[in-house]
Amino acid sequence: MTEKVTKRYEVSGADFTHAGEASGKVKALLKQIGYSPDAIRRVAIAMYEGEINMVIHANGGYVLAEIYPDRIDILLEDTGPGIADIGLAMQEGYSTAPDEVRSLGFGAGMGLANMKRYTDAMRIESEIGVGTKVYITVKS
Amino acid sequence: MMNYSYHSVTLDEKLCKGCTNCIKRCPTQAIRVREGKARIISERCTDCGECIRVCPHRAKRAIFDSFDRLGDFAHTVALPAPALYGQFNNLSDIDYVLTGLLDMGFDEIFEVSKCAELISDATRKLMKAGKLKTPVISSACPVIARMISVRFPDLIENVLPLISPMHSAAKLAKARAHERTGIAEDQIGVFFISPCPAKVTDSKNPIGTERSYIDGVLSISDIYPRLLERMNKISSPKVAAESGIIGVSWANSGGEASALIREQYLAADGMENVMAVLSQLEDERLTGLDFIELNACPGGCVGGVLTVENPFVAKARIQKLRKYLPVSLNHVGEEDELAAFSWDRPLEYAGVMKLSDDIGDAMRMMTEIDELTGKLPDLDCGSCGAPSCRTHAEDVVTGQAKLNDCIFILREQMGAAGGVE
Repeated sequence: MTEKVTKRYEVSGADFTHAGEASGKVKALLKQIGYSPDAIRRVAIAMYEGEINMVIHANGGYVLAEIYPDRIDILLEDTGPGIADIGLAMQEGYSTAPDEVRSLGFGAGMGLANMKRYTDAMRIESEIGVGTKVYITVKS
Repeated sequence: MMNYSYHSVTLDEKLCKGCTNCIKRCPTQAIRVREGKARIISERCTDCGECIRVCPHRAKRAIFDSFDRLGDFAHTVALPAPALYGQFNNLSDIDYVLTGLLDMGFDEIFEVSKCAELISDATRKLMKAGKLKTPVISSACPVIARMISVRFPDLIENVLPLISPMHSAAKLAKARAHERTGIAEDQIGVFFISPCPAKVTDSKNPIGTERSYIDGVLSISDIYPRLLERMNKISSPKVAAESGIIGVSWANSGGEASALIREQYLAADGMENVMAVLSQLEDERLTGLDFIELNACPGGCVGGVLTVENPFVAKARIQKLRKYLPVSLNHVGEEDELAAFSWDRPLEYAGVMKLSDDIGDAMRMMTEIDELTGKLPDLDCGSCGAPSCRTHAEDVVTGQAKLNDCIFILREQMGAAGGVE
């Protein structure tokens, strides 16, 4: 039997001050499970970027993390406005973040690019007016 | 990591009432109340002293050396921590403190602030040459270095690979005393006068170096009455301080960082703040900084649990004392001199939070922990002896505790057996 630990975290879009909590919790779990420090770091960064994206652009959503001995699969799903041009959104420096978010130091247009860089696999499904699903995988 | 069985922070079982104050406050969840006493899990303890600070019964205490140990050596050297200088009311000149130490019975003084200036200079040179991974994290507070080795493996490479001012001072003090007196090194006793228990532990299990040249660690609060008495009798000081503003300022949080004369630094103190900064650094969320100074104690070393004075008062006094000092009196020379302060042993990751060395086992245990956590009341009351319901579930799964150490579970079980309504 393949061991699996599944965790689901709600990401509130209303309260920016809680953004990043889910990735912090997953990080602590992976340390206990014994993932390599490098894998833990990559998961923490990619998941954090995803969480922040959901808060900035999509008014929240949820994160589903499936932890296996050899990898972690993470789904970040929201019911936000959707991404019109995924290719453009992936470009470094491209951002549609509002000014008030930029004033906090976010919205530099590195979110999706960083997620791609730090993960072993990444896939985006998005529909305008329906929402966005981002799947990422990091090997342990 | 290393041979890490020795700890300065210990429990006096007679005084411990088994309350939950310390278990809640420990930043590495290293304390459990078992059989009515708050026992420390040795490999997780970083000697930060939070439990000493918070214990209302004075049952958590630090072990340090007695002043009588000076008698074991033919020649003795005192290594005062800069924090010592902030402990005295109306002190106008550090020379009085140094003379007081001589009058107490030390044969000579080697100020740790001298080496703080050398470390500051060495750090400036290494950073200027681009030889350090940024942001550089200070390694002077042993709690921080140990915390990183236990909880933040990704940051190990950012830790400043220079031995602390205390260890550098001990090495130089021993060599200088030997040169001056001709007495064999093992007959020269080098004593650090410490603001905190972590330095006691660090003197025996040094960070970054194989060999510690420290023969004993005295507590500031322990020698304070004796020193003050001597200082009050001084008519004119016999020695002159050999360090300046930079060295003395290491007593306060921000002192080490500001000595780098760079703008992009952060200085944080107090365990809660330090943990928050380390966590953000780990996630690469703090950008644009090139130096991070972290101190476990509030206010920096002046906030150590072995000091006498309130840290904010001590900080203000240090600021006043600095006023007529030169900026810095100690500088390192060329490259070869830098090497004398470099680590000869790297910091290693001690994965003490891991449930098992086998990932499959760890995952099975994690599943069990999740299930058990769901059955617990989520009150984190501490009555079971663990700091939270989650840690209790971990203890049960790792065989350290029984599920019905939880009084709510016990009540349910007894109710099911018809014992309790």
